[in-house]
Amino acid sequence: MATGTDWTRSEVEVAGGKLHVARAGSGRPVLVLHHDIGSPDQLEFYDALASRFDVIVPHHPGYGKSERPQWLRSVRDVAVIYQSLLSDLGIERASLVGLGFGGWIAAEMATMAPTAHHRLVLVGAMGLKPPEGDILDQAIISYLDYAHAGFHDQAAFAHIYGDVSTDQLVDWDICREMCFRIAWKPYMYSQTLPHLLGGVKVPALVVWGDDDQIVPRSAGELYAAALPKARFEIVRASGHCIDMEQPAALARLVSSFIAEN
Amino acid sequence: MHVMYFTEQPMSAYPADIGLEFGATALMFSNKYYDPVAGSRLYNEYLEQYIYAEEMGVEGFMLNEHHNAPFCMQAKCNIFAAILAAVTKKAKIVLLGNPLPLAENPVRLAEELAMIDMISRGRLVSGFVRGGGQEQLANGVSPAYNRERFEEAHDLVVAAWTRQGPFRWEGTHYQHRVVNPWAVPLQKPYPRVWIPGVLSKETIIWAAKQRYPYIALNTSIEATKTIWKLYDEVAREVGYEAGPQNRGYLQQVHVSDSEEKAEKNARQFLWMQGEFTGLAHPVWSNPAGYFSPDFRRQFVEFAVGRAESPRGRPTFETQVADGRVIYGTPKTVIPKMRRILEETRPSIYGLWGNDGNVSNEDARTCIRLLGQEVMPAMREIGKELGLTDPFEADAPVHLRYSTDLKQMPQAAE
Repeated sequence: MATGTDWTRSEVEVAGGKLHVARAGSGRPVLVLHHDIGSPDQLEFYDALASRFDVIVPHHPGYGKSERPQWLRSVRDVAVIYQSLLSDLGIERASLVGLGFGGWIAAEMATMAPTAHHRLVLVGAMGLKPPEGDILDQAIISYLDYAHAGFHDQAAFAHIYGDVSTDQLVDWDICREMCFRIAWKPYMYSQTLPHLLGGVKVPALVVWGDDDQIVPRSAGELYAAALPKARFEIVRASGHCIDMEQPAALARLVSSFIAEN
Repeated sequence: MHVMYFTEQPMSAYPADIGLEFGATALMFSNKYYDPVAGSRLYNEYLEQYIYAEEMGVEGFMLNEHHNAPFCMQAKCNIFAAILAAVTKKAKIVLLGNPLPLAENPVRLAEELAMIDMISRGRLVSGFVRGGGQEQLANGVSPAYNRERFEEAHDLVVAAWTRQGPFRWEGTHYQHRVVNPWAVPLQKPYPRVWIPGVLSKETIIWAAKQRYPYIALNTSIEATKTIWKLYDEVAREVGYEAGPQNRGYLQQVHVSDSEEKAEKNARQFLWMQGEFTGLAHPVWSNPAGYFSPDFRRQFVEFAVGRAESPRGRPTFETQVADGRVIYGTPKTVIPKMRRILEETRPSIYGLWGNDGNVSNEDARTCIRLLGQEVMPAMREIGKELGLTDPFEADAPVHLRYSTDLKQMPQAAE
């Protein structure tokens, strides 16, 4: 996918491990946190944000090109690593955009520093036990089936991933292993996070695909109810991976929200 | 030569056609198809078969466990071990074994095993396994820490058996502020530990470093030789010369009073491996983090249907040809056993006699012929070939009890 955006990629050492960080654009800083299946290097959604903001897209520790910290045991640990990353990069008042699993990390970060961030955006976020339904268990379905389940329209999956290579499968396996290291039990949620969300002071935007088969919408409604300044939006004709399936619609929502004062 | 009787304890009374339609029957095939009336009958038949095996001269009962699957109805090998400890007299109770990573409390496991050892008057052999991939999912244990938990749980069990309590255990996966079990093993320094396995070279290396006998589970002759090559190399590195007392083998072998009946029953060894139902689901049997990183590419390709299982799924004919399945009358079986003994030189031998829908009557005939005719012949061949078992050799229970090391071991644990 050729794009005109100029991304710089670098290694940043945090908590004794090297994080792979991509960065592009200028303006308000925006930290984008990817899904549990990692992220392609180039996405229209990233480029759209980078046309208006200073966008930072790290690979989670142990995922993609970032080193695995053997000691890492929880998603809250990842949130602390990203708080350190922002501090090390000298970034203040970042907006946090969490995609799926990354949404859980973003929500944890917001609870740790209730006034430090500019805006919080949770897109199909994991992290809460859904009041109705369950978060889809990737442990019992194949890498391909799980990735497909993130899309409402399989043409959108094909647009992003094409014919899935064995290298891609290996990448997904490494991501999956990390999920099993840090989010195994309870699977993909925290029992304490819902009690901490009430302290978050920054405005939040909670976005859900109308056909999310990974995280039930009830979890999004719970986020919107628990966060004091939250708005809930549905994106039509989208599965869990709104960033890949409806990038323009999501970028419009997110950009105008972050642009607010 | 130490010869044991083994059965997977198949839960054969389930609708195989529905299982076949469902596909892989380990983990997610619904237990609504489990019939506890048949289960009750089968448990008692299998117990009676083990007791009968001792009467027929078997020296060891080999027991294992699996979860959520009809191919093995033993969900906790310590249960059968405890019963056999009380109702039998002489045969060793060989657990191959307890899946250590599934233990949330290894101290409790150490207590159970110590009780079995005392009740059986010192007949326990306490093997340990990692458990299959499905086992991790069936028990809600993360597959990503499987090997770490295996090793740490082992260290904690051995500490609970050998260190005077109370002491404290502050590990990575286990923390116990008071370890002081008032049940300790009768056997000193502790019951023998044997390690079964199939594929993972990490397990072979670990077993060799501990000086624990490794039990190759129904591998082909060539694969078995590869295992011994690696084991022997590691043994030399840590200072001892491995031999038959370090080598075990589990063999599918069905004996009957006619060749025809033997073949018909021997085909039941494949009742779960493709002929009746698929056993290993490519995703459930290989969760991320469970398998060796060396095989990552092969397993992800297998998981999405692009490749065959790295463990293989050989046909009956292939398994007969490469020595994994043996069947016949005692007269025809003994020369086949001799070939395996000559080529791979194990001193510990598990005879997996009956599987699938072999009738109770045929199973008992098999046990009688194994105990009365095949095993005595194997012992003779064993003597002739110098296949001295760990009991006869008085082999050290662990490397640290060795008196013959050629150099000081480094980081043996």
